[in-house]
Amino acid sequence: MPRVKVARKSTAIDMTAMCDVAFLLLTFFILTAKPRTEDPVPIDVPASTAETPLPEENVLLLTVGQGKVYYSVEGTDIRKQTLEQMGEKYNIKFSPEQKQVFSGVPVLGVPMNQLQAFLNLDVDKRKAYKQPGIPNDTTANNELADWIRESRKAVASLHNKPLRISVKGDNKEEYPTIKKIIGILQRQKVNKFSLITSVKNETKK
Amino acid sequence: MAELDTSSGGGKKGGKVRSKKASTRVDLTAMVDLAFLLITFFIMTTTLSKPKAMDVVMPDKDEKQVDQLPVAASRSMTILLGANDKIEWFIGVPGDSAPETINYGKDGLRKTLIEKGKEIQASTGKYMVVLIKPSDKSNYKNVVDALDEMKITKIESFAIVDITPAEIGLLKRDGNY
Repeated sequence: MPRVKVARKSTAIDMTAMCDVAFLLLTFFILTAKPRTEDPVPIDVPASTAETPLPEENVLLLTVGQGKVYYSVEGTDIRKQTLEQMGEKYNIKFSPEQKQVFSGVPVLGVPMNQLQAFLNLDVDKRKAYKQPGIPNDTTANNELADWIRESRKAVASLHNKPLRISVKGDNKEEYPTIKKIIGILQRQKVNKFSLITSVKNETKK
Repeated sequence: MAELDTSSGGGKKGGKVRSKKASTRVDLTAMVDLAFLLITFFIMTTTLSKPKAMDVVMPDKDEKQVDQLPVAASRSMTILLGANDKIEWFIGVPGDSAPETINYGKDGLRKTLIEKGKEIQASTGKYMVVLIKPSDKSNYKNVVDALDEMKITKIESFAIVDITPAEIGLLKRDGNY
């Protein structure tokens, strides 16, 4: 009896096309990637029906959570310029290394008198360091207002554009903290700013 | 996979000594593995959804009241944001009408805003002006929710204003502070 022979097929597949697709996707993701910035305090953003996306450039972000305020601004050149101006204002001389480090710090929440020590820390230690938030007392020691003003100046001089100020607050943040920030902004005649919200899935009327 | 060129061989006329052609095919499996690993990494670490921004315009705090127009009390609605996600609202100046306590959301604030907006439009022929007054016991979410309701109900004229002690008194009386 003749046995039916099953032809053995090779299990190897041509991977070329798959490889092409994979690398195409990879390139796309690398080019569009913007690393997620870690919030120094856990922040649960409130939802709203607002649909305007936040612009990429010339944005100052104030992160508010647990009564503390953190400052961050887009663009390394602006960060550097702001630090220089802040140094002049507070009579602190920053070394080029410190400026370099500062331009890579995404979120800042350190008072001016601790800033130099903070910038001298190792990368790992700086990440682990619990930032106390920027002092924003309404009386004399209002560093937050200075940071905002200097960043606005820096953006105006470097990019020739107005700085957009946005507030990212936690759901449970009490209103007095927000009120204080709005007060700081209004004293600088910034009457227009943005609140960052997440998308709410609700049918609109 | 590796196919060998076996066609060369002896016995042919003018047979040159040919070097064996090595196959140009490479095993791409490992490369694909690596590529997908990296793709996974980048997908995980990127934020795909951009944050959305809600624009807020505060009234100018200028002391000089040059450009400010008085608004009739009959078409101004005041919303007091109290503690525990409660709202009190009234029309006109405090004490004119008894404030009513409502909740956020579809059947609370939104319904009231739409109803009152229509009423005021019908009685005065002008649009309603809403004053949002967050108390110290309200939280950030309440403010965003209130602003969002303004947007949903298409109320054009609204403002965030500081709360007055009399209004805090109202909230306290009704147990919302």
